[in-house]
Amino acid sequence: MSSIALIVRRRLRRNPTILHYRLFSAKPVSENQKNQRIEKMLIANRGEIACRIMRTAKKLGIQTVAVYSDADKQSLHVKSADEAVRIGPAPARLSYLNASSIIEAAAKTGAQAIHPGYGFLSESAEFAQLCEDKGFTFIGPPASAIRDMGDKSASKRIMGAAGVPLVPGYHGEGQDIDLMKAEADKIGYPVLIKPTHGGGGKGMKIVQKPSEFVDLFLGAQREAAAAFGVNTILLEKYITRPRHIEVQIFGDKQGDIIYLYERDCSVQRRHQKIIEEAPAPNISSELRSHLGQAAVAAAKAVNYHNAGTVEFIFDTLSGEFYFMEMNTRLQVEHPVTEMIVGQDLVEWQLRVANGEPLPISQSQVPLSGHAFEARIYAESVSKGFLPASGVLHHYHPTQLSSAVRVETGVEQGDVVSMHYDPMIAKLVVWGEDRAAALIKMKDSLSKFQVAGLPTNIDFLLKLANHGAFRNSEVETHFIEHHKDDLFYDSSDPTLVQKAYDAAKHAASIVAACLCEKEHAALKECNPGGLSLWYAHPPFRVHKYSTRTMEFEWNDGSPKPVKIFITYLPDGTYVIETGESNPPRLEITVAHLSNLDFRVEVGGLSMNVNLAVYSKDQTEHIHIWHHSNHHQFTRKMGFEVSDDDETHSKPVRESASHPPGTAVAPMAGLVTKLMVKNGERVEEGQSVLALEAMKMEHVVKAPASGCVSGLQVTPGQQVFDGNVLFSIEEK
Amino acid sequence: MLRLLRRRITSSFGSYYSIQWMNNLPMAASTLNRSVFLGVEPDNLDRSSETFASNSELMGDLISQLQSHINKVMEGGGAEAVKRNRSRNKLLPRERIDRLIDPASSFLELSQLAGHELYEEPLPSGGIVTGIGPVHGKLCMFVANDPTVKGGTYYPITVKKHLRAQEIAAQCKLPCIYLVDSGGAFLPKQAEVFPDKENFGRIFYNQALMSAEGIPQIALVLGSCTAGGAYIPAMADESVMVKGNGTIFLAGPPLVKAATGEEVSAEDLGDEVHALAIGRNIIKNLHMAGNLTVSQNRSTEYKEPLYDVKELRSIAPVDLKQSFDIRSVIARIVDGSEFDEFKKLYGPTLVTGFARIYGQPVGIIGNNGILFNESALKGAHFIELCTQRNIPLIFLQNITGFMVGSKSEANGIAKSGAKMVMAVSCAKVPKITVVVGGSFGAGNYAMCGRAYSPNFMFFWPNARISVMGGAQAAGVLAQIEKANKKKSGVQWTKEEEERFKAEVTKAYEREGSAYYSTARLWDDGIIDPADTRKVLGLCISASLNRGPENTKYGVFRM
Repeated sequence: MSSIALIVRRRLRRNPTILHYRLFSAKPVSENQKNQRIEKMLIANRGEIACRIMRTAKKLGIQTVAVYSDADKQSLHVKSADEAVRIGPAPARLSYLNASSIIEAAAKTGAQAIHPGYGFLSESAEFAQLCEDKGFTFIGPPASAIRDMGDKSASKRIMGAAGVPLVPGYHGEGQDIDLMKAEADKIGYPVLIKPTHGGGGKGMKIVQKPSEFVDLFLGAQREAAAAFGVNTILLEKYITRPRHIEVQIFGDKQGDIIYLYERDCSVQRRHQKIIEEAPAPNISSELRSHLGQAAVAAAKAVNYHNAGTVEFIFDTLSGEFYFMEMNTRLQVEHPVTEMIVGQDLVEWQLRVANGEPLPISQSQVPLSGHAFEARIYAESVSKGFLPASGVLHHYHPTQLSSAVRVETGVEQGDVVSMHYDPMIAKLVVWGEDRAAALIKMKDSLSKFQVAGLPTNIDFLLKLANHGAFRNSEVETHFIEHHKDDLFYDSSDPTLVQKAYDAAKHAASIVAACLCEKEHAALKECNPGGLSLWYAHPPFRVHKYSTRTMEFEWNDGSPKPVKIFITYLPDGTYVIETGESNPPRLEITVAHLSNLDFRVEVGGLSMNVNLAVYSKDQTEHIHIWHHSNHHQFTRKMGFEVSDDDETHSKPVRESASHPPGTAVAPMAGLVTKLMVKNGERVEEGQSVLALEAMKMEHVVKAPASGCVSGLQVTPGQQVFDGNVLFSIEEK
Repeated sequence: MLRLLRRRITSSFGSYYSIQWMNNLPMAASTLNRSVFLGVEPDNLDRSSETFASNSELMGDLISQLQSHINKVMEGGGAEAVKRNRSRNKLLPRERIDRLIDPASSFLELSQLAGHELYEEPLPSGGIVTGIGPVHGKLCMFVANDPTVKGGTYYPITVKKHLRAQEIAAQCKLPCIYLVDSGGAFLPKQAEVFPDKENFGRIFYNQALMSAEGIPQIALVLGSCTAGGAYIPAMADESVMVKGNGTIFLAGPPLVKAATGEEVSAEDLGDEVHALAIGRNIIKNLHMAGNLTVSQNRSTEYKEPLYDVKELRSIAPVDLKQSFDIRSVIARIVDGSEFDEFKKLYGPTLVTGFARIYGQPVGIIGNNGILFNESALKGAHFIELCTQRNIPLIFLQNITGFMVGSKSEANGIAKSGAKMVMAVSCAKVPKITVVVGGSFGAGNYAMCGRAYSPNFMFFWPNARISVMGGAQAAGVLAQIEKANKKKSGVQWTKEEEERFKAEVTKAYEREGSAYYSTARLWDDGIIDPADTRKVLGLCISASLNRGPENTKYGVFRM
């Protein structure tokens, strides 16, 4: 696993040479440069993948050029690059999707090659063609292959011709809604609606029954148009118990194509992968080579070279697999393949782009151990995995090792903006076998600390701890099938009480740690030179010093947690909650460093980490201990801290609103209004659509009545919690 | 002069120099230097002795008795009143102070047992909580009415405790924070509350004078503020009033507004927590740098005593006839148990010497028996040394008095005693007195009793105070009574005389107890011997809140 020494250089602090403007534009690229080996490469992407690509480039001595939008000026990928060029304002279509700016940036900096990463322009045949036309090496497949595979209907025709198995469906040109409806009826429900262009689950809808078809079809068209500029849709049979299995293939310009085994990416939410693994569990070696050969056949049919992924839908009931689509780029989840084959796929991409043959043949591809990738997203799991944006006030990824990688494009203090994908990091672990890898993943997830915005880490941990997941019973509906176990049921009083008790226990530890931290701070600053008055524990005449701390544990509905602290003379804290459960605790705390503590509770000693930040006049406190993560807020009293981010931000609506009020569930752009002010709507009727993180979210009427106070207009930016409209009953 | 001093130093030649060094050198150097000199008190305590055991047991009883009295007053005016207070969203006075002082800081509460068994009805803590604590790094004096105790009205002892707090504040230049929640003077006792010099009116007089001296006067009106009480916020430099709960009957809320400009609206924030936060902010914004020179010892490096401070509970006998070496007390309150004794062999019944408490140099004067001529002269000499060097003085009282008898009188004990009393009276360095045993007769004067305005004065639970011992008083009074009776030709039987003596002894017994003293504010509180070091440290720190003053002595009779 030599190349797994790809330890992430997370904190590259090199000053980027940011080229806003150059006096002399570089010489036009001449033909003779074309066959030169790549010495300087522009990465037409951002975030973790830009950082990931740069890491390999540095290893190979290739100079890197980053591009950035106004929102990313201070981003890690900019800091990590040798040079960086601004390519436009924050919205992706004006920056990362702006092909001409990117080409211009490459010309300015004298880069010979452009790596598109994934997403953005990575699967734009036009862009690939433009690169080649302008004399830049496009690090990816030939434009023709992208074009062939980019149109899902066309790709299926080609695959069918090449003998690759296909799912029954409709891939016709006709997009008339009645025709589509008829085709859907013919395939039989459930039916999957899918835009012909693009990927990542955007615009995909499942129609369970005929009556839902029209609404969902129109929504899919709108999203496709917004995301990809093309609104053609295809229909497919929806397989009820499917697995998502994809094969990593690699081809060189000499025409050799090999497969690097498969990945199982079945565990998805909102049709987006969150845990991927390689190799796919419960796949016989015979099936493995069948899949591999089918994938190679698919790639050969379009004269593919460079990295690609052929996605199959695997029917767990029948054992059949069908071609879904081919992703003509490096995938998000490529690291799991890297971990099991011990290769650096970005390095391969660069070598192939340079015209070198593949370094190994099919029979030489090793298969070692098992790897998982968990995608850590800024999202609110309880709000249906709604993307979140905000400041990463605390960001301590897990401890790295040769078997634990963290691919990230952010640092503590960065903003996860609503303009781009809300993925914060990818956690990649490797183990001798699936069980060993799973243990590492669980451990790493429990130590992955993010505070400032909601994340799916706790949810990923629940997934990883689920028995069915441990037993490799993966399938695309895994989350839905096991939702009772995976989601916290706030209507079950026993569960609620149990969770509340655990939160109170955590709050007790938090209180003791905060006292200890305060003591350390006082010792440090010695206010007024009165060190004796701040000695620990605080002195009282004939009694012990006591204090209370009031926290709020926000778990759907905010619950108060009141902690009574008594300072014992030996420095121990006696913590009570005023209730019988949890019982009175005696806690001793050793303050290790800033927010790291060693805490002893009832003879049990453990590491505790806190994150503390203030926002909206509230102190937010996170605690990690054992495998638990809890989050509390505390009113900051009336002494306002200077670092409260509300000072620089518009005031948000935070109070609870009267019933019938609809608030923006997330920050985003209003894309469409379906009704007008004063119009009568039924409960659940769509009122307006918001777009954020490239996802459309329809805001529905919370009750039946007349819409009032609807003041937003399409194109308007709204913030999380803003009142959008209310429903008046008449 | 230096040579003269050096000649006078008999046993502690070296330590005198070590003090000189200490005042000029950084801590690390002086600590290093210190270890060269012999100043460490030996461990002379026989922990297996019967005395140790019986002292421990008796003191243990006294402390648990004390603790039970304390626990009682901590409940304020009782469960019902506390509940009523809570229902108005009001905090108790100690909770209010806890929220005002800096988080995790210490609070030195004073005279917790004021009013103890003083009136027919209980008056926990005298109905008012006073003490010192830091706010934004500035030490402040807190004066908080307890509305659960008789509606926060002022009994005579309440007034006395309020005035005592102001006296300390004036002496130490501590900003005053008044947490007003009081029904004003307790009318049935108006004759003892209202008219005299040291009565209610003195509170406002003190406010005016302190304000004039630049000592900030802050009032937080957290409850009723009736009649005369209305002058507390009105006389303050700045006041904050809680809308809803805070009421001023004399002229109503506009008075506060006129006086202060601050007003808390219920709509905005609601409760008194905000008022307390405003109070903290007012202190934060006091800019006193130009007015007050704080000469705190900023060194945080110090050694703990070598011996367990808890052993102080086993050293002092409850039976004051038994003697003990005051050095064993000193060894448990000073840094590293290092005590550089001054003139150890001259006048040995008075122990004098230099030490540090939490890094702050102090001069310690303790009793090891009755005061003789030499002891008194040594004491006066030592006080002069300390005043010249601005070293705070600690008096550890265990004194039965000056030596009497014809020889002493002939040697001029009165003059010698007067010299020490003169020195004590005029010394302008901080003085702190702890009565660890007896405090009798003129010894109380020479050892900085209450009349000599020590900055702070505390009692151990075993301590006793009276003009003389009960038995002696009984003897003296019996003699006089007997003579009177004889004049009028009445025969006094032995039984009658004994009964008379017993009554006198009983009265002395009662009136000489630490509780009797602390109830009447003859001291600033009874402390657990084990807390002596801490309390002294905090008191010295508070006393050093003002700049040094020059001492000028009166005429010493030679």
